[in-house]
Amino acid sequence: MSEDVYILGIKMTKFGKHKELDTLDLASEATLAALKDGGVTMKDMGIIAAGNLMSGPLPIAQTIQKQCGQTGIPAYNVSNACATGATALRVAIMSVKAGESDFGLAVGVEKLAGAGLLVGGARQEDDAAWQRSGRYGAVAPVDGRIGTEIMPGVFAQIGMEYGHKYGGANFELFAQISEKNHWHSTLNPLAAYSKLMSLEEIMNDIMIAYPNTRPMCSANCDGAAAAVVVSGSKLKTLSQEQQRRAVKIAASVLTSDPYEEGCQVLPNVNTLTRNAAKQAYEQAGVGPKDLGLVELHDCFATAELVHYDNLMLCEEGGAVDFFKSGAPRRDGSMPVNVSGGLQSKGHPIAATGIANIWEVCHHLRGEAGPRQIEGAKVGLAHVIGLGSACGIHILEKSVA
Amino acid sequence: MAEQIPFVDYLVLGDDPHLVVNECSACGARFFDRRNACGSCSGTEFEKTRVATRGELRSFTIVAFAAPGVPVPFVAGIVDCDGTSVRSNIVNVEPDAEHVKLGMPVRLTTLVVGSDSEGVEAVNFAYEPAA
Ligand SMILES: [Zn+2]
Repeated sequence: MSEDVYILGIKMTKFGKHKELDTLDLASEATLAALKDGGVTMKDMGIIAAGNLMSGPLPIAQTIQKQCGQTGIPAYNVSNACATGATALRVAIMSVKAGESDFGLAVGVEKLAGAGLLVGGARQEDDAAWQRSGRYGAVAPVDGRIGTEIMPGVFAQIGMEYGHKYGGANFELFAQISEKNHWHSTLNPLAAYSKLMSLEEIMNDIMIAYPNTRPMCSANCDGAAAAVVVSGSKLKTLSQEQQRRAVKIAASVLTSDPYEEGCQVLPNVNTLTRNAAKQAYEQAGVGPKDLGLVELHDCFATAELVHYDNLMLCEEGGAVDFFKSGAPRRDGSMPVNVSGGLQSKGHPIAATGIANIWEVCHHLRGEAGPRQIEGAKVGLAHVIGLGSACGIHILEKSVA
Repeated sequence: MAEQIPFVDYLVLGDDPHLVVNECSACGARFFDRRNACGSCSGTEFEKTRVATRGELRSFTIVAFAAPGVPVPFVAGIVDCDGTSVRSNIVNVEPDAEHVKLGMPVRLTTLVVGSDSEGVEAVNFAYEPAA
């Protein structure tokens, strides 16, 4: 029987524009705060895993150690697109589960404010002779000439494909999902944007890639999140207070996308999420009905819809009805993205997969203040990194 | 007439323009890119196979905001050509949700992308409404 693993300490920084702080300042702030939250220090850690995708100092894990405590422990630098934070956490969990460490530290950090569109290269005019390059033998950049490579467009198609398959999904419905998350964000002081937005404002905002307008896209911002994990047996030796606030990691799963027709043409974010969800529910011994709250990867409003289905929060094909029932509102039967989600809380890529776990833990510990989901005992956090990786963690309130 | 070359390796020009895939001889999985092995079964033998030129629009987006130099708006979509998914632009249709419809029948067409310093034209593919 392998060890149970618990979140002992966890913190996210304020998401948004941090003009005065660099990548390392943000990572250090989250790291030191997570250690303090867990009542431990860098000296206790047996492993560090960290990720940063855009422009930070490399290797990020060792650079964090140089600021916060160089103790000579193994350092893992991980990269898994938007699932980077969840991957770092999973590495720390695996080390503890394997009995190699009593305590592990995971950190994700990003400086993204003002980054603009991610992916999709600028097109330059060039009058030299055509030359083939790349694995498709293209004579010039394909973005905009053979479909789109920008993320708002890719995820727009993912949502529209669901609409085509099951019906009922249109611009207004996707905008309503965004309206819900912007409403949720008004209660989150750490969100990058916490402004209430009306359906009309959302639909009339700048169109990026139909049906995603600007407020329906995840917000580029700066931020970091860090978590300290501990083995169940070590936790028993710690204080009553530490045991009471510890959150059990009932499931920790990472999947990649299995081959299916079309998956190399339009990324299939559905099957790997469904596979991860099935494994996670089985590991945790719970079902979707047991969840008190869900933080899922709403990188675009169009993505949130498909994940209601992929995480089995509704019947297969029933995501539109599920949303319309009001279930995923914070006052509904299955609150989804009460943090405001990536559309308003923000999406500092590598930090996201730990920040969503912080949100769930915050509620399970009963510390979420005005946005507390009362009585939440079990919660699920989900991320997708395109390419693809899916991380799912199911967390359980401590009984101690 | 200027010399013409296909924009990508998997487009065949001529009187009957069409796309070709690398089809795995073992499992039938189809790929547009140069292959080392099959992503489905790891097989290493492939045959060049023709893709149907007609299909159905399975998904789309209308890109209104793109990287510098990319003309907008344009319609990007996924076309189901007899079971083979193809990524493409959708052309010869107004780029709005009133005119572009999920499930609409489309067919392959070609268009000149531009000429290089030698006067050679690169010709790309796209799909257009086939109603
Ligand atoms: Zn094969």
